[in-house]
Amino acid sequence: MSTNSIQLAHGGGGLEMNKLIRNLFFKAFDNCILRNEEDAALLNLQGPTAFTTDSFTVSPLFFAGGDIGKLAIAGTVNDLAMMGAEPQYLSLGVIIEEGFPMASLETIVASMASELKKCGAKIVCGDTKVVPKGCADGLFLNTTGVGRIVKPGLSAKHLVPGDAILVSGDIGRHGAAILMAREGLELESGLVSDCATLWGAVEQLLVHPFDIHAMRDATRGGLSAVLNEWAAASDVMIEVDEAAVPVSDEVKGLCELYGFEATDLANEGTFVMALPAGQAEGALEVLKRFGHCENAAIIGRVGESPAGRVILHTPWGSNRYLDLPAGELLPRIC
Amino acid sequence: MPNQAINEPDSSLKLKSLYEGFRDAGTIRALADRISSAAINLSEPLYIMEVCGGHTHTIMKYGLLGLIPDNVKFIHGPGCPVCVMPKERIDQAIALAKMDDVILLTLGDMIRVPGSKGSLAQARASGADVRPLYDPLDALAIARDNPDKTVVFFAIGFETSTPMTAVLLQQAEHAALPNLLFHINHVLVPPAIDAVMAEPATKVNAFIGPAHVSVISGAKIYRRAAEVHHTPVVVSGFEPVDVMESILRLVELKNHAESVVEVQYSRAVTEEGNLTAQALVDEYFEVRDSFRWRGLGPIPQSALKLKDKYAHRDAEIHFGGRLPVAEIDDHKACQCGDILRGLANPMDCKVFGRGCTPQTPLGSCMVSSEGACNAYYRYHGVQHVD
Repeated sequence: MSTNSIQLAHGGGGLEMNKLIRNLFFKAFDNCILRNEEDAALLNLQGPTAFTTDSFTVSPLFFAGGDIGKLAIAGTVNDLAMMGAEPQYLSLGVIIEEGFPMASLETIVASMASELKKCGAKIVCGDTKVVPKGCADGLFLNTTGVGRIVKPGLSAKHLVPGDAILVSGDIGRHGAAILMAREGLELESGLVSDCATLWGAVEQLLVHPFDIHAMRDATRGGLSAVLNEWAAASDVMIEVDEAAVPVSDEVKGLCELYGFEATDLANEGTFVMALPAGQAEGALEVLKRFGHCENAAIIGRVGESPAGRVILHTPWGSNRYLDLPAGELLPRIC
Repeated sequence: MPNQAINEPDSSLKLKSLYEGFRDAGTIRALADRISSAAINLSEPLYIMEVCGGHTHTIMKYGLLGLIPDNVKFIHGPGCPVCVMPKERIDQAIALAKMDDVILLTLGDMIRVPGSKGSLAQARASGADVRPLYDPLDALAIARDNPDKTVVFFAIGFETSTPMTAVLLQQAEHAALPNLLFHINHVLVPPAIDAVMAEPATKVNAFIGPAHVSVISGAKIYRRAAEVHHTPVVVSGFEPVDVMESILRLVELKNHAESVVEVQYSRAVTEEGNLTAQALVDEYFEVRDSFRWRGLGPIPQSALKLKDKYAHRDAEIHFGGRLPVAEIDDHKACQCGDILRGLANPMDCKVFGRGCTPQTPLGSCMVSSEGACNAYYRYHGVQHVD
């Protein structure tokens, strides 16, 4: 049997599966709870806890700035962090297509282990399935996480007029990097996904007495989706200064080529935050000085009317709605 | 700037050069002031048709309407390749996609536009093999990887995208790929302009000429329209500075009663256009006698088809009697036809934003990201905000 690629036997519950789990997953994610090998992880949770799950089906599996493994850890850890929770325990579900290269799986697992170290969370239980060739696109991952809530009360419903809106970095890089990798575009180098664990930056914010009302990582749907969801959930108007929104030259150029808007492109390591305007400069300084968010910026503010809408102010004095992106992101035709 | 970037040693495209300088706030404001000053002298309102949906989106996305005086108005034209596709052609694509052992390929938004019984996206959801492409040349690899299937490229678009289809066809021939066929729906801008101007009720008295179409075909293709219809034409780029500068030129030309063709987008457009691309198109395509446009009806000599020499690549011939041919009009409540003819504004349509939204479109102008209704739905209607 080839050990260079995953075989159906690796999911069969026998010797091969045992070897795969012990030699790869246990080695990479080693901790005492996982090592117990019980039917379920026994945890000691105290106080309010955040609980989230996410599945990852990205294509291609490797892209500039990350891979599906890094994404699977960062995605779930970030969902916890956005609720003001310190990520603690994660589960990992792995669905592998028969024939998947063992070396790629090893690289992805190493990438997950490396990302876990950045936030201190542990993978404490998991599941591996191997499906026949053609039944999955290489590799699917699911991560579920729990975290201790450090800052309660964060909610998409808690924005109020007078809040400032901040972003933690330049937007659209993950969506653009995936597009480049998927379509084999040979454009100027330097465009990498922002894929990263946000807990470090959030932890720095939470040690300060900021009255943060909401945080959200701007994943699928990008900045537009977050702001529209917030405006609807809190029944407020959000206005954004287009010139203040940080966008890299590479992302701007790619949007030009394909007719996309950077505000619609996905991010995997950039979050949006709302807090009272008077605290915005302080929070910005913390993000920049201690959170490694050099491109963080105050991009807008919360108002009252028209409730539920997001308005973009152009640098030349006109206004337009920033609407939710709809459907698949498809390039313009001409 | 783009040439400079291409000549650099690593040949990588410097993306920044695509937009740098063309969104300068000071320039846009200055152009707005100059347009307002010049428009005072207009003897009648200027009704500018931007033929191309890309310009419609520039105008809406960058909020340019708010910078233009009241006597300069926009009429949105039929230059969105997705919007003008009649339902029966989409029905044909769906019929092809649903056939056993057929893979249907197309570009962008085309998969979202409804035919008479749903869209290609819905056909895909029910099991048909429909794949949107970013690059038509990807069709070669798909055909090569699926030798037991017939791969059909549902080719759409104006003069801009026709050369890409021609290159694909050329490479399919060179590679002797027997299983790659073409369903050709390429349409032409000048006959559409004539159709708009033939409408007795039209108010259009100036044109913003398409950008990408003109890169291929050259500004020469509008010369006849300017002369026959007595309208100035300014071929414009897609950036806000481009469009504002083009509007200013149209106002000035109108003030001087000059019905000429000018090229604002001179960094990419010449009078003659891309002769190599034109020759390639001529090698593979010829003009159809007539093509039915969504909303505009049949327009003579307004579309292309494969030459007889390439009939072995023609899906319409290959699948002949198996494709539906019944002509199907839009929903009665939908005013896409009037909008595409320049007789109505998206906001005039009774179902705009109610029965017809980008998620539940009745008409093609709402579904396409280049459609006028889609642009209005997404960006328009912002009132004064303090």
